[in-house]
Amino acid sequence: MPDVRIIEVKQSIYDDNDREAERIRQSLKEKKTFLLNLMSSPGSGKTTMLTKVLGELKSEMKIGVLEADIDSDVDARTIANIDVDVIQLHTGGMCHLDAAMTEQGLNEIGAENYDLVILENVGNLICPAGFDTGAMKNIMILSVPEGHDKPLKYPLIFTVCDALVINKIDVLPYFDFDMEKVVEYAHQRNPKLKIFPISAKTGEGITVLCDWLREQVQQWQD
Amino acid sequence: MHELGIVTYVADAVDKIAAENQIEKVFTVTLEIGEVSGVVPEYLVDAWKYFCKKHPLLVDSQLVWEPIVAITECLDCKNTYETLPHGKICPFCGSAHTVLAKGKEINIKEIEAC
Repeated sequence: MPDVRIIEVKQSIYDDNDREAERIRQSLKEKKTFLLNLMSSPGSGKTTMLTKVLGELKSEMKIGVLEADIDSDVDARTIANIDVDVIQLHTGGMCHLDAAMTEQGLNEIGAENYDLVILENVGNLICPAGFDTGAMKNIMILSVPEGHDKPLKYPLIFTVCDALVINKIDVLPYFDFDMEKVVEYAHQRNPKLKIFPISAKTGEGITVLCDWLREQVQQWQD
Repeated sequence: MHELGIVTYVADAVDKIAAENQIEKVFTVTLEIGEVSGVVPEYLVDAWKYFCKKHPLLVDSQLVWEPIVAITECLDCKNTYETLPHGKICPFCGSAHTVLAKGKEINIKEIEAC
């Protein structure tokens, strides 16, 4: 039997993914395509919010959506119904998307044809936060019924996001959700986090969110 | 489920390292796992046992791990402290203006192989 060797490695298991993500960003810069990674827990209203945002922005820019789920295509159908280009990605049981899977999606939809591609990540507050998808900005939704303590329980996702959307504010009277506390906790994790209270159902706050997104896309394309 | 996903990244990295070092058989992979990496090391070891059976290079290999103690730095009083017992609030000055200095990492430290 050959001699056993010890190979010193000292590398992060995220190294390959981080390199891949950086390559995606460079490639999208050349294509002038802005990639937004949208994360949240299941049922927070990602798809409903998207339909509202897409409704406001689709006449002024070319938008494509990548829907990532473990299974099914219900979200993709919802997006297709409002006449926006969408493809469904299946993660095959994995709880997050990584850069390689994102790149497959970008190639399949033809990212160069769009100003904005929105990646709807798998509904989960833990795993997607650990993997850089190559997106220009990360955005997350926290909905009122989930509670204002989430920045304390899932700190990583709040630190990697650029914007926090607080959805379902129309039901605030029925929940013990403390808006001041959530803002305080979230800013403790990430002082630069932009916060947008909205109701995807009533449409409240959607315009302010769209203004932010419009500005991000323009800055990336300039 | 998260741990099984992580195992596939470790295995992919080990595959590359094996190819670069003309390795045919891996005996042990040693990881360094940060205390706030979000990974449960015991689950990771279980996922590794399951995964290895299907991966010729790694059959019968062991996954071992060492913890990386999580350390937070206070941006106000400049002290550092252990994250797990104290969390976000600095135990020296009470400030919440703190950042994690280390403890999120998952690193491959070394591989024992031939």
